[in-house]
Amino acid sequence: MTGPPLLEVEDLRIDLNYRSSHVAAVEGVSFRIDRGETFGLVGESGCGKSITALALIGLLRQPLSIGAGAIRFDGREIQRLSAAEQRALRGNRIAMIFQEPMTALNPVSPVGRQIAEMFVLHQGKDWREANRLAVEALASVRVPAPERRVKDYPHQLSGGMRQRVMIAIALACGPDLLIADEPTTALDVTVQAEIIELMRNLCAERGTAILMISHDLGLVANVCRRVAVMYAGRIVEERGSDDIFRTSSHPYTQGLVDSLPRLGSRAALGRTRLTEIAGVVPAITDFPDGCRFNPRCARATDICRTTEPETTLLSAGGLVRCHHHA
Amino acid sequence: MRLGANLIIGGALFALAVIVGLLAPWLAHTDPVMDANLLNAEEPPSWIWWFGTDAQGRDIYSRVVHGARISLTVGIVSQLVNSVIGVTLGLTAGYWGGWWDDFVNGLTNLMLAIPSLIFALAIMAVLGPGLTSLLIALGLTNWSFTCRIARASTLSLKSQGYVQAAKVLGYGDLRIMITQLLPNMVGPIIVIGTLGMGGAILAEAALSFLGLGVRPPYPSWGSMLSEARDQITTAPWLSIFPGLAIFLTVLGLNLLGDGLRDILDPQSRSRRT
Ligand SMILES: Nc1ncnc2c1ncn2[C@@H]1O[C@H](COP(=O)(O)OP(=O)(O)OP(=O)(O)O)[C@@H](O)[C@H]1O
Ligand code: SF4
Ligand SMILES: [Mg+2]
Repeated sequence: MTGPPLLEVEDLRIDLNYRSSHVAAVEGVSFRIDRGETFGLVGESGCGKSITALALIGLLRQPLSIGAGAIRFDGREIQRLSAAEQRALRGNRIAMIFQEPMTALNPVSPVGRQIAEMFVLHQGKDWREANRLAVEALASVRVPAPERRVKDYPHQLSGGMRQRVMIAIALACGPDLLIADEPTTALDVTVQAEIIELMRNLCAERGTAILMISHDLGLVANVCRRVAVMYAGRIVEERGSDDIFRTSSHPYTQGLVDSLPRLGSRAALGRTRLTEIAGVVPAITDFPDGCRFNPRCARATDICRTTEPETTLLSAGGLVRCHHHA
Repeated sequence: MRLGANLIIGGALFALAVIVGLLAPWLAHTDPVMDANLLNAEEPPSWIWWFGTDAQGRDIYSRVVHGARISLTVGIVSQLVNSVIGVTLGLTAGYWGGWWDDFVNGLTNLMLAIPSLIFALAIMAVLGPGLTSLLIALGLTNWSFTCRIARASTLSLKSQGYVQAAKVLGYGDLRIMITQLLPNMVGPIIVIGTLGMGGAILAEAALSFLGLGVRPPYPSWGSMLSEARDQITTAPWLSIFPGLAIFLTVLGLNLLGDGLRDILDPQSRSRRT
């Protein structure tokens, strides 16, 4: 494909600013997403996934700020855009859905109006036309009887329905990129599968790229073509989803893979306990010297405790950040 | 949903005042200003003169009925002005923070430190008596509670998912304030507004009583009380009926405010759903 990639993140650092000092909550993060591609970002709670997503849409606010690096969307550097230009991208070309479908909708506004608002805001439609498009948008996320449902308030809808409405709002203006930050954690498993399927199909139909963020490696690998694993503010491994289960190279990724229940294998047969990664994620203020994973790593040696590993390109495709990668 | 007794009684009293005010020309027996007749001066209440007559022989009932128009106009208009000022300042201060927030806070504290009636008195002294100056004086001096509530609501609503979501969707500040914040704080604002309306009606009475409000011969309840004060022992009905009108209307508004708080309070609302 010609032209710049849809999204290119280069050596991103996000600072958490205290009075005079600052610590890097995210550091050296690079990845790219092509048009229509599905890319996953996985990692434990607090590793910096959500703030990375916020940085992408220019919504980091104090005490967090972009310390270094570049984010280019469609070839244009986000940080260089004016506030108004950034706003015109948000919701229009880059959309986002969140974890909490319960709270992400305005409780005092009918859902149809909240969808219609997007057409008014970004496409300058009048309210009549916008309301008509809102019904279509609701129909496209397979909400039954959309012409009646548009008048409903969020509390009249189930969690799954609300998340469908969120998807309708996010996809209303036909964005190029949909960021889905833990889009289904708050839903039960069957609904979760439906929502993911819906999101994936709609984006595939429209050529919308997905950046999916989750702590659930299995879920992300299922949806996305490529997966980046994040640990303590750094991307430690990036692989094709097919490879990551069979040939992951980083000890942390391998730990994640081993902690996944696998249908028809160990979990079903021997009820073997799932392996967990021992230890806890270090606090942002005292990341260890050297490799940030070293206190929890079985493979750690002296060099791991002193020297931060660089990113290595793997011959099989992908990246890893480890001194002793497999 | 069970409607509280407060809401029903308060609503009924306020509705009665509004209906009386609206229908005043039809409900009144005589013209409240022109129909003076010294032949029936200071008649006590009777079948003919329901609330008695004053020293000029004007029908107190008709004057009380017409007074409702003035008192309610003052209450509603001045409170609307207060609400608009308070919400605008409180919402923007809470949303933008920074020096603007400091400025608005300082102004609010200043307003709270000076009793609003004294403030209104000072404005009236500059503008001179009359209905328009009364509306200005009362409209500019009673927004501090609304402002505080609007600011506090904004601060707590700002972190709500839907406000964050709106930013992510590309809403501008003004759109966020109008679509996401304002509709979610109308409950407490209406409650404060209802109570404030009662306060404004009382303030009108006080200012008119002091001769700074609506000027005789036009009948506001406060100016009627003011005129009646010399005859309070000889013709008590001159004070009783306008006093009762003030009392019932303000009581109604206070009960209504409490009743509305019970149903509009976000906490009690979320308990129901
Ligand atoms: N507004 C903030 N102020 C201070 N620290 C913050 C703020 N937002 C995030 N952080 C810190 O930045 C780090 C990364 O947070 P982030 O929300 O990106 O984590 P996450 O990977 O999305 O985790 P989760 O899976 O729990 O959503 C955390 O250590 C968090 O405490
Ligand atoms: S660099 Fe060392 S400590 Fe870090 S993951 Fe690799 S082996 Fe473990
Ligand atoms: Mg998160």
